[in-house]
Amino acid sequence: MSERIDGRKNDELRPIKIKLGVVKSADGSCYLEWGKNTVVATVHGPRPIFPKHLADAEKSVIDYRYRMAPFSVSDRKSPVPAKRDKEISLVSGNALESVILIEKFPNTVIDIDAMILSADAGTRVAALTAATLACADAGLPMRGLVSAVSAGRANGNHILDLTKEEEDIDDAVDTAIAVLMPQKEIVLLQMDGFIEKDEWKKIIGMGIAGAEKIYDLQKKALLEKYPVEGDINE
Amino acid sequence: MSETLKIVNSENVLAKIKEGERLDGRTLNDYRNIEIKVNNIKSADGSSWVKLGNTEVVCGIKFVIGVPYPDSPDEGNMSFNLELTGLSSPEFNTGPPQIDALEYGRVADRAIRHADAIDFKELAIVPGEKVFTMFIDCYAINADGNLIDATEIAALVAIMNAKIPKLDENNVIIYGEYDKKINLKTFPLSFTFEKIEDKIVLDATEIEEYTSSTRFSLGVYKNNILSCHKSKGGIFTADEINYMIDIATSKYDEFAKVIKNAIKE
Repeated sequence: MSERIDGRKNDELRPIKIKLGVVKSADGSCYLEWGKNTVVATVHGPRPIFPKHLADAEKSVIDYRYRMAPFSVSDRKSPVPAKRDKEISLVSGNALESVILIEKFPNTVIDIDAMILSADAGTRVAALTAATLACADAGLPMRGLVSAVSAGRANGNHILDLTKEEEDIDDAVDTAIAVLMPQKEIVLLQMDGFIEKDEWKKIIGMGIAGAEKIYDLQKKALLEKYPVEGDINE
Repeated sequence: MSETLKIVNSENVLAKIKEGERLDGRTLNDYRNIEIKVNNIKSADGSSWVKLGNTEVVCGIKFVIGVPYPDSPDEGNMSFNLELTGLSSPEFNTGPPQIDALEYGRVADRAIRHADAIDFKELAIVPGEKVFTMFIDCYAINADGNLIDATEIAALVAIMNAKIPKLDENNVIIYGEYDKKINLKTFPLSFTFEKIEDKIVLDATEIEEYTSSTRFSLGVYKNNILSCHKSKGGIFTADEINYMIDIATSKYDEFAKVIKNAIKE
């Protein structure tokens, strides 16, 4: 059992700071610092969709845009969305589709923008965690919150919330997992690596446990902006 | 398939799945019949034509000389692309690349890329300066569900049968002359599942995909997982994920044999 590079315990998250309502022009917004990751997420809508032929008469269309700022990584990244950005946008939008009650807003679009200002691995889960809170901040009706985290392996250890440095280790496997809480349903699951199946099942379990920690932080952030009295779990 | 037919057939799929059966008589974890032809496209450096039931994907490989990535100066690389044009289905439009094509292509790509199947050092020409880029271009010819797995098989088999072009003394490709084959070290396979009501089916047809709520793809080599990808809306429980991992890994040996036996020149 070797120590992690930044001295964290295997199932310990990096420090996370969350602030809601940071973008005044948006219907809902969230600023998130997660270790060296920083994300701003906004929600606009539901609002009329253009061009009109994209409208769905039964539900709202979710347009999720994950973008990385050119200065967010060590080599400048082109602001033009790469295949990776488009794929992450698609799966993250899919994840929120099963959580937001989109059937209440037919013929509309909900625009969700998540911008990574600085990146240190785990950006798609940080973006989705922030975007969910922005949706809640916008007052969208939801079945719960999407709590996302990464879990994987590095130097033979099963670890939660990998940094870029850990991701670059030879045996590294990184799994992005997003869980609808409190129902504990999996809405996003992506992995690249080479890992024995039973070992990977343990990592998924670790990810779900990690998502519960994220859920607690999300609830705390919501309560800071929207204080309620009594039992919040209702 | 027209929208009306889809709605009617979709109800049939649902009626059958309640009994644990499928419209085409397969069990939930059966693959469709598979036929594979290789190297019948003479202009390509390697090619394949895969029929998985009625789903057909053709793949061609071309080697192009390029520069290596800064972080791997002594390795060649590969570029994977899938096109879903109006040719293969009324669902697809000819024009700029569709998001489905991008997603399916990337899922198939990742299964192969993370399998340690290809020794990219073999594709180096002058380390740090000149390497081969292996362009893998896949086209759907007929779309009847599970394009992800059909694309992955097509690409894998095409790579297996591809030959690296010969170079002259100035390191320029001599067209039509070949050096050696790509040495595949592993044999990664993709297994895509669809969830219909509370049942999970392998290798879905178009109408099953239309009926399903969500989808999960796994890249598998023997007992190892290489990549995974959940797509569409909808949810899975942790138990369902574990079930699909077990099915895919337990089916691997049998399916790898079926594919290798199906390959015909």
